[in-house]
Amino acid sequence: MTAAFYIAAAVAILATIIALTRLNTVHALLYLVVSLLAVAVVFYTLGAVFVAALEVIVYAGAIMVLFIFVVMLLNLGKRAEEMERLLLSPGMWIGPAALAAVLIAELADLLVHGRLPGVEPAMVGPKQVGIALFGPYLIGVELASILLLGGLIGAYHLGWRKPEEIESKPEIQRKEVRDDSHRARVAASGDLVRVGTDRTSDQA
Amino acid sequence: MLLAAILFALGLIGLLTRRNVVFTLMSIEVMLNAAGLAFVAAGSRWAQPDGQVVFLFILAMAAAEVSVGLALVLGIYHRFHVLDTDAASGMKG
Repeated sequence: MTAAFYIAAAVAILATIIALTRLNTVHALLYLVVSLLAVAVVFYTLGAVFVAALEVIVYAGAIMVLFIFVVMLLNLGKRAEEMERLLLSPGMWIGPAALAAVLIAELADLLVHGRLPGVEPAMVGPKQVGIALFGPYLIGVELASILLLGGLIGAYHLGWRKPEEIESKPEIQRKEVRDDSHRARVAASGDLVRVGTDRTSDQA
Repeated sequence: MLLAAILFALGLIGLLTRRNVVFTLMSIEVMLNAAGLAFVAAGSRWAQPDGQVVFLFILAMAAAEVSVGLALVLGIYHRFHVLDTDAASGMKG
């Protein structure tokens, strides 16, 4: 169990170092996902099963998808096309895949031998966490929900563009944007991200 | 605990050295994650569920922070067309 902990810890540190030194954002995000998964394995070896599952679902799932969505939305232009080509080459994903393979091997080892996690550190199950969460920490749950609501409203406000910016454009320009041939021309040039950008600004 | 300290230091270094807004946000994620790891390790050491409860709060906070931060990134990009934090240092509308 301690060996699993140290291997996962080494993977986490290595993946984080690589993630923060990449120049390409998408590469960095791939390594960051591996780092978060490694931290989830660390949680599992510490006996915190519930939190390990949450780490995978919320951090490595939802938050990383948000990051990737924004990176795609940022319309990196001509770099996006060559990035696509790089993604298809094996040299790109071999690094994250190798680090993730270490984690998979570790998980398989744990499953095969069937040892209960957290023999030495005490196992804290989800039931205990739930009882504590909605018992003495109930006010914290409410505060977290208010914080999430604030985050939602803040993100909506920041992402909201003024409608008069688009309405003040001349009518000819708007028709040009709406023109299907224009969009088809952009699509034919292979810049798919720009097409999406046009569509969103058109609707707004 | 040592792992948490190392991850936190890495996140701090990334926050201080990188000038890309997206990388800054990623560094903050790493630092929050390290703090949560410290909580979970401590809670597991003394067999208390409090560590995991605090980690849940950190998780919710990170989610809210990331949504607002990424909206800010989009706003900065639409205004300056770069992802450089120095470009937005003027703080003048």
